[in-house]
Amino acid sequence: MTAPITSPAGARTAARDGGSRRAGSRRRRVQHPGAIVAFVAPFAVLFTVFYLVPIGVAVWQSLLVVEREGTFGEAREVFGGLQQYVLVFQNEAFWTSVGRVLLFGVVQVPVMLGLALLFALLLDSPLVRGKKFFRLAFFAPYAVPGVIAAIMWGFLYSPNLSPFEALTSRVDLLSADFVLWAIANVVTWVFVGYNMLIIYSTLLAIPQEVYEAARIDGAGQARIAWSIKIPLVRPALVLTAVLSIIGTLQLLAEPQTFRSFSSAVTSTYTPNMTIYATSAVPNVSLAAAFSVVLALATFVLSFAFLRFTRRKGAEA
Amino acid sequence: MTTVIGPDETSATPAVNPRGIGRGGDAHPGTTRGRGPRESLFSRTGAMLVMAVFTLYFLVPIWWLLVASTKDRGQLFSTNPLWFADFQLFENIGALFDYRNGVYLRWILNSLLYAGLGAVVATILAAMCGYALAKYRFPGRETIFNIVLGGVLVPATALALPLFLLFSRVQLTDTFWAVFLPSVVSPFGVYLSRVFAEASVPDELLEASRLDGAGEVRTFFTVSIRLMFPALITVFLFQFVTIWNNFFLPLIMLRSEELFPVTYGLYAWNSTINQFPELRTYVLVGSLLSIIPLIITFLLLQRYWRTGLGTGALK
Repeated sequence: MTAPITSPAGARTAARDGGSRRAGSRRRRVQHPGAIVAFVAPFAVLFTVFYLVPIGVAVWQSLLVVEREGTFGEAREVFGGLQQYVLVFQNEAFWTSVGRVLLFGVVQVPVMLGLALLFALLLDSPLVRGKKFFRLAFFAPYAVPGVIAAIMWGFLYSPNLSPFEALTSRVDLLSADFVLWAIANVVTWVFVGYNMLIIYSTLLAIPQEVYEAARIDGAGQARIAWSIKIPLVRPALVLTAVLSIIGTLQLLAEPQTFRSFSSAVTSTYTPNMTIYATSAVPNVSLAAAFSVVLALATFVLSFAFLRFTRRKGAEA
Repeated sequence: MTTVIGPDETSATPAVNPRGIGRGGDAHPGTTRGRGPRESLFSRTGAMLVMAVFTLYFLVPIWWLLVASTKDRGQLFSTNPLWFADFQLFENIGALFDYRNGVYLRWILNSLLYAGLGAVVATILAAMCGYALAKYRFPGRETIFNIVLGGVLVPATALALPLFLLFSRVQLTDTFWAVFLPSVVSPFGVYLSRVFAEASVPDELLEASRLDGAGEVRTFFTVSIRLMFPALITVFLFQFVTIWNNFFLPLIMLRSEELFPVTYGLYAWNSTINQFPELRTYVLVGSLLSIIPLIITFLLLQRYWRTGLGTGALK
């Protein structure tokens, strides 16, 4: 059915192949140049101004340091090379926050995707009735923005408001020991349905004939799911995993909102909160350096994951 | 590899779903009996139980919010959190709308402008660019597409600080434009539009239109855009949600209360709830009102979600 192209990165290679094949005809005169400019230019200009230029500005800002003449002299920004990056690597709070979201991701992403896969498989099996209702019910939380979801669950976790008093009066879910997992629950609640839908769409696209042989051999639903369906939805799983890894490293809205519920959530709880707190000091150069490092870390992690899964896929 | 899931194919109900044929009698209990005991009552019950438990998990918080919004401050603590007491919802809504000269309604309006208008503009821009990338041959076409694909992988939060640095250089932070302008750029929209333009706009139709003497731009707005319409709704939805959920950008850009989108406004109220306990009711009612239209729109347009998600996963 589909080639194992799993991602924009994969599509990119395919697009490049297509491009080189046409390279020979490239010298031909371009038809409708006016229309092409009219169609492409508005997006291209705005993309340049609001994507490429800001990235450039951030990189440049991260190379500046503030210099003062004496203690009370006027501050001015001068080129400081990689000084801010030295500070980034010495900044314990930042690396603690990176470690925290990594721990968060290692636990939360597999749980969330495991649940999403389970629900998608159940929806695709003949075992479940009322598929439409469940699909809608599970997807509904995705309509709740992260901030609002965090506000709701923050109240649900609070001992004096919660409907789950039996639990919240015994365990302080907002204490330093638990709050990270309390936040993980919020993120899981919002995104399981979304990921379920991605996987379910892939399952719907598989033609029924694929299962025929297995059925004739007498394989049950669990066996069909494990041996046929899961390998076929691997591309969707990889995609959702990469998106989730990116999302985890960028965690901001939920923990930032939780600060009003739990004093255990510090102003540098996640990398993005560290960036925000640093920019509010204001120490924009250091904040820019944090941003650059976080962006690179995000890219490295998602590409490493794509690599890893692709190699495993090749062995299988 | 070139399979594109059309909106109708993925959203089909079992009755018109092509796979329904293959699955045959599964829907009828009578025929499954012949297949043996594998899909037993036991596994059916187990599966339904799992689904039921998680339905509670997903819906109880929303139900709780609905119930809490109907209570006054005292009852919030003293009555059953999951059932109604005196029904005060409309009094609460009235009080919310009156609070501080109706700043909440202002936030709703802001959100609709940022997310609604922003997503409309983003969709048109992305549709034009994606269409040109799909339907015209020109040098640099693949380069542009590859750069745009790189942009798809950049999360909105990662751009917030860089955008702040840029806007502060031209002294435009804390303005409407600081949140609105970055929102009209959707690389993912360009990607989806290109895929759909390739699949749904036949070259022959464009040639026919040219023979009729219609200009390229006119052909796009009268013919092509209609063929791409289902995809464009998907692009709109994705961008709308991206903007609506973008928290870092308003957080870092905006200081003036009258410019806040509703999520950021509710966040700001919620952060001062310990000093001003009367805000608690407003935060709850405000949260409820802000998510209800979203949930309804989402559910009504669900098939367009799956179009986009299916394309993203399969291509």
